[in-house]
Amino acid sequence: MDIFLQQVANGLTLGSIYALVALGYTLVYGILGMINFAHGEVVMVGALTALAATKFLLSAAFPAPVVFVLAFIFAAVVCMLLGVLIERIAYRPLRNAPRLAPLITAIGVSIILQQLAMMLWGRSYHAVPPLLPETTHQLLGAQITTVQIVIVGVAALTMASLLILVNRTRLGRAMRATAENPGVAALMGVDANRIIALTFLIGSALAALAGVLVSANYGIAHYNMGFMLGLKAFTAAVLGGIGNLAGAVVGGLLLGVIEALGAGYIGDLTGGVLGSQYQDVFAFFVLIGVLVLRPAGLLGEKVAERA
Amino acid sequence: MKLATATVPLALAMTFGLLACSKETPPATSVSGPITIRLGHAAPLTGPQSHIGKDNENGARLAVEEINAAGLKFGDRAVKFELLGEDDQADPRQGNLVAQKFVDGKVNAVIGHLNSGTTIPASRLYAAAGIPQVSPSATNPAYTRQGFKTAFRVMANDEQQGRVLGQYAVGKLQAKTIAVIDDKTAYGEGLAMEFKKAAIAAGATVVAEEHTDDKSVDFKSILTTIKGKRPDLIFFGGMDPQAAPMARQMKQLGIEAKFLMGDGGCTADFLKNAADAGEGRYCSLPGVPLAKMAGGAAFEQRYKARFNTGIQLYAPYAYDAVMVVAAAAKRAQSGEPAKILAELPKTDYAGVTTRITFDPRGDLSDGAISLYIARNGKWEALDTIGGAPSPAPSPGAK
Repeated sequence: MDIFLQQVANGLTLGSIYALVALGYTLVYGILGMINFAHGEVVMVGALTALAATKFLLSAAFPAPVVFVLAFIFAAVVCMLLGVLIERIAYRPLRNAPRLAPLITAIGVSIILQQLAMMLWGRSYHAVPPLLPETTHQLLGAQITTVQIVIVGVAALTMASLLILVNRTRLGRAMRATAENPGVAALMGVDANRIIALTFLIGSALAALAGVLVSANYGIAHYNMGFMLGLKAFTAAVLGGIGNLAGAVVGGLLLGVIEALGAGYIGDLTGGVLGSQYQDVFAFFVLIGVLVLRPAGLLGEKVAERA
Repeated sequence: MKLATATVPLALAMTFGLLACSKETPPATSVSGPITIRLGHAAPLTGPQSHIGKDNENGARLAVEEINAAGLKFGDRAVKFELLGEDDQADPRQGNLVAQKFVDGKVNAVIGHLNSGTTIPASRLYAAAGIPQVSPSATNPAYTRQGFKTAFRVMANDEQQGRVLGQYAVGKLQAKTIAVIDDKTAYGEGLAMEFKKAAIAAGATVVAEEHTDDKSVDFKSILTTIKGKRPDLIFFGGMDPQAAPMARQMKQLGIEAKFLMGDGGCTADFLKNAADAGEGRYCSLPGVPLAKMAGGAAFEQRYKARFNTGIQLYAPYAYDAVMVVAAAAKRAQSGEPAKILAELPKTDYAGVTTRITFDPRGDLSDGAISLYIARNGKWEALDTIGGAPSPAPSPGAK
């Protein structure tokens, strides 16, 4: 039982990070109908700029929790600027181009960001100094670190605020209107360009947060770290129903828990025929199953293609 | 994935290719002018293992520069070595593209690749083209068992290393129950398999076998499963990008088992990134510890002075690989691949890593393996098993 709980705790931590990143994919998809494949790279930039800020602030002898918050704020600002810049340069000129065009520029931006990060930060793995206490807590027999608790807590809080923002505020209404029909929204006095830029701002801030949390959790940062994470988070967004905010959260948490339980139990369940080498296969199996039964994802609604 | 890093070597390769062609086509007629010997070097320069790949390339580059500075001559003609560095991304497909490029560019010999997974498929291309290949670090036994006369390596293979590790785990570390993790690569899986065989033969029980891949950073699920089986020791067959977070997560989960790795985890980066979770972990490296060799410290100094960074892992092996090829070319008094190839099996070279002689397959015949433990943020040498002690090391390029 304690092992089962431990696996669920592992899965929820992983899933919270997937969910945070998946929100970025889904926000942009909801409004622009495109996949921002550079999003994983923004997470990486967030992690590495936060690390740079951390090193600087620690050398100035700030207390650790203050450093953590300040480093996050710095990373968030950098990522927000980066997100808006990416939108302005790579996506806005192509807004009325065929759908494949911005997809290709997105992949291009992703490669450029990775290469720039490699030149700037080098090829080595960077050790992330532990800013949060590395104590482990016993919870019903499962070992949980402070970082894990912070990750799940911060992610839950952020996702709740985002849902409120989109569903309860004026800005959120403008976002939803732009998503529904940018032309009509513009006629109603919504500045679509401003809303889209704001969407990238929010998505990039979430990416920075995910980057800070993921590097704190694993203790390392690397120029290549955003790639796989981005891919998994994209999968989570599709699983939950891309374009749907609650779906990204559900998809992220579900993917994390499925991966953890899959890796942990697949061997025992199949009597040793399949081992943990099939953990990704297991996760994608679930994805295929969900998409066959519900092509729009778990919480996705069937919407007509926008003209 | 390869913009700046790949285009520069590519441009260089093309330029040198053209230069060399114009010089080499009439080798007998033009008596004067230096002979150019071009060495292809392939390792991952992008992706998770790029820090180790760059380290290999640096090692090879240092050797080439030292040979050129020393001024090698065939008869009265000066010889110039050139290193063409390529990025194989640790990916077998990319590795074969790079290999094809070397074959088409008619390099005189190849130093590489870094990973077993890229070295083995690429070796077929080199064998067909008759280009000698010396891998500094591919340790999967299969590499030299394909019957290719062109395949050599300057590092003990996983059969030798896995056997020593398995015996050490059971004998010295007193492990009765063992969990094995591998990264599903030709290297990691091969080493884990050899380790398992040796550990079982020595009397241990393998209670869990788990797998990850060479891009993951989250191992909590498999470690939790392993924790439930309470092994005395966990063995990991893989590289440091996975080993360091794995050690940290073992600590977070409160796993008390000893942690043993092969050469892939024996890096400075492991110590840095695992931080205090790295303390007390074990690893092995083929060869004798750098510090125990008369030329080791000097090599480290020259490396630091040239590249302004410490040695990651295999740089001394890449250095030796170049030196072995250069020595063979010198004996042959020729840069022609066929003539280098004829001389390579007769190699008896006192390298930085160990005394290098090849068995009929192209494996290092003198397979010493050293074990290390992480103490106070440093790899401390424990025992060296097998192999003859390294004789007087070669002072630089001769």
